[in-house]
Amino acid sequence: MNKEITMPKLGESVTEGTLTRWLVSPGDLVNKYEPIAEVDTDKVNAEVPSSYTGTMSELVASENDTVQVGDLIAYIETDSAPKEDDKRQTSANHEKPQVENQEDHSLKKRYSPAVLALSQKHNIDLEQISGSGRGGRITRKDVEKEIASASDRSTLTELGQQLKPAVAETEKKAQPEDDIIPVTGVRKAIASNMSKSKQEIPHAWTMVEVDVTNIVRYRDQVKDEFRENEGIPLTFMPFFMQAVASGLKKYPELNATWQGDRIVRKKAIHLSMAIATEEALYVPVIQHADEKNLRGMARSLSTLADKTRKGQLNSDDMQGGTFTLNNTGSFGSVQSMPIINPPQAAILSVESIVKRPVVKEDDMIAIRHMVNLCLSLDHRVLDGLICGRFLAYVKDQLENFNGERSGI
Amino acid sequence: MTTINYISAVTQALEEEMERDEGVFVLGEDVGARGGVFRATEGLYERFGEERVLDTPLAESAIAGVGIGAAMYGMRPVAEMQFADFIFPAVNQIVSEAAKIRYRSNNDWEVPLTIRAPYGGGIHGALYHSQSVEAMFSSIPGLKVVIPSTPYDVKGLLKAAIRDNDPVLFFEHKKAYRLIKGEVPEGDDYTVPIGKADVKREGDDVTVITYGLCVHFALQAAEKLQEEGISTHILDLRTIYPMDRTGVVEAARRTGKVLLVTEDTKEGSVLNEAAAAIAEECLFDLDSPIERLAAPDVPAMPYAPPLEKTFMMNEDKVESAIRELAHF
Repeated sequence: MNKEITMPKLGESVTEGTLTRWLVSPGDLVNKYEPIAEVDTDKVNAEVPSSYTGTMSELVASENDTVQVGDLIAYIETDSAPKEDDKRQTSANHEKPQVENQEDHSLKKRYSPAVLALSQKHNIDLEQISGSGRGGRITRKDVEKEIASASDRSTLTELGQQLKPAVAETEKKAQPEDDIIPVTGVRKAIASNMSKSKQEIPHAWTMVEVDVTNIVRYRDQVKDEFRENEGIPLTFMPFFMQAVASGLKKYPELNATWQGDRIVRKKAIHLSMAIATEEALYVPVIQHADEKNLRGMARSLSTLADKTRKGQLNSDDMQGGTFTLNNTGSFGSVQSMPIINPPQAAILSVESIVKRPVVKEDDMIAIRHMVNLCLSLDHRVLDGLICGRFLAYVKDQLENFNGERSGI
Repeated sequence: MTTINYISAVTQALEEEMERDEGVFVLGEDVGARGGVFRATEGLYERFGEERVLDTPLAESAIAGVGIGAAMYGMRPVAEMQFADFIFPAVNQIVSEAAKIRYRSNNDWEVPLTIRAPYGGGIHGALYHSQSVEAMFSSIPGLKVVIPSTPYDVKGLLKAAIRDNDPVLFFEHKKAYRLIKGEVPEGDDYTVPIGKADVKREGDDVTVITYGLCVHFALQAAEKLQEEGISTHILDLRTIYPMDRTGVVEAARRTGKVLLVTEDTKEGSVLNEAAAAIAEECLFDLDSPIERLAAPDVPAMPYAPPLEKTFMMNEDKVESAIRELAHF
C-alpha cells in the first residue's frame, strides 16, 4: 500500500518549511516515527518523522525546496492494509480545531428588554460591553455590573468636583490691575482636550539624544538651492518627520489609538504637526506621511504652516492624525514632557539642535550638533521596551542620514 | 420544632382543628376506622368518633354535596377525595354550587368547605392515580386552590383552609406524603396565609416558579448548580388560585430569567397565568424568554416505569433547564 507523507505542522504559526536534507533514500526501510528528513522553518529546525513503517518508494520534494505544511513530500510503501479507523481519526483531527476556535458572537447584538431598558436608563453604550451569555449575548447581569462599575467611577468624579470649587474660588480673585481674558474658542478646546488627556491617560516619558551633525551639514549644503528651486525654505523638521514616519512603519505599536476595551493599530500613518501661533496651538495633519519623500514633507509642512498662520485650516486638515510631532526646539527648548493628543498613543517633541562637546569613539572629544527627542506614551497602549526600540530606530535613521540616498 | 413528614402534618392539622372547633368534621371514603387509604386521618375516628369522622359511599358528588350542605348550615367540613383523579363526578357540585353560593345569594350564604385530595405521579399509579387536576379548578372565581410543598406549609395552610369562610381545594402530593420531611413548630397554633407565595431560596441568576413536589426538585437542582456558580431563586406558589401576582412578578424581576415548572401537562397549565402576569407587568425586567418546563401533552401518566420516568418531572430535568437559562 503506497502512502503519502506530508509536511507536518511543526509549530503553531508555521505554514511552510525548507527541506534541508533527506535522511533516507528510496528503497530504505523505515520504522514509524523514525526521522526521514531535516526541515528548517522560521521558528524551528526539526526532523520529519515517518508516519508509517515501510519502505521509502519515492522522494517527491528535493533538498532545499520550500514546502507548505500539508504538502506531499514522499511516498512510502507499507505492507499492511489501511485501517479505516486511522483514516477517520486523522481527518477528524484536521477539521475540529478550526471550528472550535471560532468564537460565536451571533447574539452579541440581540438585546433583551431588560438590557435595553437598563442601558437607556443609565446611559450605557452597549457596544462597549462584552457579553457573557450564549453567543456573546449581553445579559442583564453584564449591564448591572457595568452600571455598578460606572457608579464607582462617578463617585470619583464627584469627589473631583467637590474639590474643584475651592480652587476656582481662589483663582477667580483678580486684582483690579489684572487683565481678565475670557476662555473661548480654540483656547477652551485646548484646555478641555489637554486636561482630559492628562487626567485620563497614564503618561510615561522617555528621551534620547541624537547626533544630527550629518543632517546639519547636508542642510547647509542644499538649503539655498532648495529655496531657489522650490520657493520654500528647507527646515530641519522634514528630516525628523521622515525618520519618525519610517519608525512608525517599523513599529506600528506606536501608531495606535486607545478605544476603551481595545487598541486599534492604524495602518495609515498620518502625522499631526503641532504648529504654534501667537494665540494658540494647532495640530494639522499630514496624510500618509510615510509615502512622502523629504521634498514632499517639506512642501506639505510649509503649506500647513502657511494655512495655520493665515487661519485657513479647514476641518479636513485637522482630521485623522495617528501620531503627533511637536517642534519645541523652534523656541529654544531642550527638554519637554508633551501631553498626548488623544486618542493617539504617543507624541514626540523635537528639541533645539545645539552644539555640544561629545565623547566619541576612542575617547575623542568632538563638537557635534545634538538634539533631544522626547517621547510621551500612553502606558495603557504601550510599554517602555517597544518605545525604546522605536526611539533607537529613529535615532539610527537620523544619525546615519545619507544625503545621497535619502536627500531631496 | 419537631421534624415530621408531609402526611403527619395533614393529620396534625385536622386533629388540632377538630379539637379547636366542634364544627370541624371529616368525611370521605375509608377515612373512618381505616384511617384513609394513605392514613391521613389515622386516629381521628378513635378520638372523635363516627359522628365527626364519616365514612361515605363511593360517590364523590355526594361527598362534595354533603360537605356543601353542612357548610351552608354552619359546619366546617373537610371532605376527602381518595384520589384527585376521582374528583370529576363532584365537579358540578364544586364549580356550580360551592364556588357560586356566596355570589348567588348576595352574601347571605357561604360555604366554608375544605376538599382534600392527593394528586400527582411518580408512584406507579398510572392513569387514575397520578393526575394533576389543579388547572381544571384554576379559572373558577369563588374557589381557592392550595398546593403546599413542605410539612410546615401543609399544616399552616390546611388550618387556614379550614378556617376560611369559602371553599378551598387542598391538593396534597401523594409522593410527598412520606418522602418529604420538615420542621414544624411544636404546640404552636399557626396558620399560613392563603394567597401568598413563598420564596424558598434566594438567588440572582435564574428564578424558578413552581409548586408542590416540584419545589423539591428545584431546591435539589439549585443546590447542585450552586457548585457551578449558578444562583437560583425559587418561588413556591403555595396557592395556585387566585395566584399571588405580586409575589410572582417580584420573583421574576429579581433575575429577569424565569423558569416555570409543573408536573402537569404543558398546554393550559396553571403556570400560564404566571407567565401572563410576568409578561404584563415586567417586560422590561426580562432578560430571556419565559420558559415552561412541564409534562408532555399526552392523556395520562404512563404505567411502564421507563415511560413514567420520562413523563414525570424530576431534579435532572429542572437542573438542565435552569442551566440553559443561566447561560442564555
